[in-house]
Amino acid sequence: MNRLLLLALLAGLGVLPLALGANPYLLNALIVTGILTIGAMSLNLLLGFTGQLSLGHIAFFGIGAYVSALTSLGFDVDLGFGLRVVHEPWPAAVGLLLATVAAGGCGYLIGRLSFRVRGAYFVIVTISFAEVVRLVALNWVELTQGPLALTNIPAITLGLPGLGMWTLKTKLQNYYLVLAVGTLCYGVIARLIGGRFGRAMRGLKENESLALSVGINATRTLTVVAVISAAMAGAAGSLYAHYLRIIDPDVFLFATTVTMVIMVVAGGKGTLIGPVVGGLLFGLLPVALRPVMAPEAQWIVYGLVLIVILFVMPRGIVPGLSALLGRRQAQSVPALEANPAVQR
Amino acid sequence: MNELIQHLVNALILGGTYALLGIGLTLIFGIMNVVNFTHGALYTVGAYVMYLAVAALGLNFFLALPVAILGGLLFGAAIELLLLRPFRGSDIDTTMLVMIGAGIILQSGTLWTFGGVAKAIPSPFPGAPLQIGPISVSWLRLFVLGAALTLIALTYALINRTKLGLAMRAAFQDSDAAELMGVDVCRIYTATFALGSSLAAAAGALLGPVYVVFPQMGGLAELKAFAIVILGGLGNVTGAAIGGFILALAEEMGAGYVSSGYRDAMGFLIIIAVLLYKPTGLFAKAERIG
Amino acid sequence: MSAILSVEHVGVRFGGLVAIADLHFDVHAGEIVSLIGPNGAGKTTAFNVMTGFLKPSQGDVRFRGTSLRDRPPHAITRLGLARTFQRTSVFPDDTVFDNVMIGLHQMGAASGRVPFLDALLGRSGAGERQLRVRAEALLDWVGLAARAYEKAGGLAYGEQRLVGVALALATEPAMLLLDEPVSGMNASETRVFVRLIRQIRERGITILLVEHDMPMVMEVSDRIVVLNYGRLIAEGPPDRIRTDPAVIEAYLGQGSAARQAAAAVQEAAHA
Repeated sequence: MNRLLLLALLAGLGVLPLALGANPYLLNALIVTGILTIGAMSLNLLLGFTGQLSLGHIAFFGIGAYVSALTSLGFDVDLGFGLRVVHEPWPAAVGLLLATVAAGGCGYLIGRLSFRVRGAYFVIVTISFAEVVRLVALNWVELTQGPLALTNIPAITLGLPGLGMWTLKTKLQNYYLVLAVGTLCYGVIARLIGGRFGRAMRGLKENESLALSVGINATRTLTVVAVISAAMAGAAGSLYAHYLRIIDPDVFLFATTVTMVIMVVAGGKGTLIGPVVGGLLFGLLPVALRPVMAPEAQWIVYGLVLIVILFVMPRGIVPGLSALLGRRQAQSVPALEANPAVQR
Repeated sequence: MNELIQHLVNALILGGTYALLGIGLTLIFGIMNVVNFTHGALYTVGAYVMYLAVAALGLNFFLALPVAILGGLLFGAAIELLLLRPFRGSDIDTTMLVMIGAGIILQSGTLWTFGGVAKAIPSPFPGAPLQIGPISVSWLRLFVLGAALTLIALTYALINRTKLGLAMRAAFQDSDAAELMGVDVCRIYTATFALGSSLAAAAGALLGPVYVVFPQMGGLAELKAFAIVILGGLGNVTGAAIGGFILALAEEMGAGYVSSGYRDAMGFLIIIAVLLYKPTGLFAKAERIG
Repeated sequence: MSAILSVEHVGVRFGGLVAIADLHFDVHAGEIVSLIGPNGAGKTTAFNVMTGFLKPSQGDVRFRGTSLRDRPPHAITRLGLARTFQRTSVFPDDTVFDNVMIGLHQMGAASGRVPFLDALLGRSGAGERQLRVRAEALLDWVGLAARAYEKAGGLAYGEQRLVGVALALATEPAMLLLDEPVSGMNASETRVFVRLIRQIRERGITILLVEHDMPMVMEVSDRIVVLNYGRLIAEGPPDRIRTDPAVIEAYLGQGSAARQAAAAVQEAAHA
């Protein structure tokens, strides 16, 4: 049943651009929404499944974007002490791979460091990390061009042996690339949370001491989650860089983290499909609002919708709806008689 | 050596406003257990009220300052009544997200109303700085320091010398017990949030004339306020005051001796280092149990 | 009989406060031993040291000859020493069945060293089926089969305790530490629990428990260790402890009024 719904959603997303015709504005919105939704899904791994609120998630996204762009553009940097690093451009697909690995590596470091501190302190460490990375991107002009942005980033080229090569230059091609990566990430997360590893995550989130006492290694579990989460965000950042083909330090803006957090929480943190629902809703809301109001007013609506959702469905849309549906089903089934023998 | 003294003086002046920002945020967190993501937006509101009063209405600079503080107070009270009271009893993550939503609304509202172009607030102080030996300080910045220290002293007096302050301290210790002893905790929350907001607005109104005023100015200020609060230990007012000066010092030293581009990074690096060394903040008295 | 657990001159200080001083005793394989003492005597602190949640200021704990010093809780569990908790003994948002599945964490480790890779590559299929069978058997055994698909957080207090025991047993321990397992249970629930403790021992699992319910302790224990102010004041079979002057004085001197009050409250609650 659930699997059917998912396949229907995937098929719907697959034919959506065909149904829309060649509307470049809508297609652009869908691509950016898709990329942010991948970011939101990766954030959900941390926020939803382990209960760690990372407000610096954009750092991994931005690191992915810059690593991928620099890999495919090449660079020539003087590190001082007579050390000079010259890198010749590599294919963009290699950039995507390296972006995933580099972001995952940063996730490892931040995971090892930040899980020593929890709660509000964890939030602030992650924010601080993201800000430091943004300031490096802004100030290390020799490498990143600073505020002048990295331009002419090549599009991703995919090749299959014997079938030829495709350079993904059109919006339609990028849309399907994002859809494919998003589906892959969804599958990875589903696999991850379905089995033993997912149970370890849930155990740590619900009752950490008890989880430790049944032999779950908290540090290792949380670090692995941080690495996978960061790697996915890095991959999303890479897609972003090769789609827009220009990248500047604004990719590190705190507002983007907030957008991802909103997507996760509105959709339903700790659910598989929640970030996708929240992502599509909050990603496409500006599209729906654009004809009727100015961008500033759209953001006001954005904030209002967030507050209303929190008030009406504090656990998010997906758990809220399933609870509603569940209640309706429960009403149609006769309520189980409470067993007096078991009552205390 | 002279350069070092100049940096120290600059840090002292900046630290005063940072302390204001931090105290407001830490009060709200300590008493209400709310991570206030509207703090930066209220800082912006303070700066824009100041701008409106001085530049648009032609009000006297020194009269405009209390008007801006009052503006912050009213905005804060409204936010608490409209958005936080309905969510009382929700977990900390939920109220944090509500505050994120409110912050977005405030910031976009400012952008919508005033546009994105930065505004300058004219100040009545002479342009030539005060020279004491090799040290130079602008008169405006001296006034900012004096005003900030006065406001900090007033806040201390309010917390330690008034009935409202007593009730706030009771709510800080244990809100349930305070409620049982007849403290109207709902009113204390509104007062606390309004007070914290007015301090943020005061910081914005004081730094607005020093720099320029623009709708996104609160973003970085808010992150710095969080940093200060963490540095001082969540909920610790004195810690926040000291944290404000430490952050200002770190930024001045970073800007002076490393690179001005990394001015803002210094603070964050120190925060990361401090938290990893002592995860409860530098001035946390004791870990609260439970 | 050989010692399965040896507490060797353990001391714990919090700042200037001495919570445990020079605690020294053994538990032998197959025994049921109780650790008792007035409130604040350091019983739960001792448990936390034995299970790695607290680092002792001095001394060491050995389990089956292995030093537990500097071992984190999950590693101690893997050596075969499991525990339950006083208050929060379940994963509240999961079903009882899923609770036990989480508890079977280590059992799933047999398939490979990298659990998340197993998950990604789908190598855990056969193992999962085995785990489910095991979880069902375990729930049956502790008498929670009827509650398997209810949220653990919604269960009655006594049943949550049973879930806690099932979780600890899921780690296949050689020894089980029970932290006040029957506090808050009524008389009939306590009787059922005592039977369960004996059955656990029959499976070859050594038991050490902290408990306030004296009749229950006297009934179930082979041996009793008494703490007061963090020090061991008596050790021996129930009959000797019952008449030990030091023990009587410890309870009369400090806790008798409080205990009587507590007993009165409990009676009132059950009436």
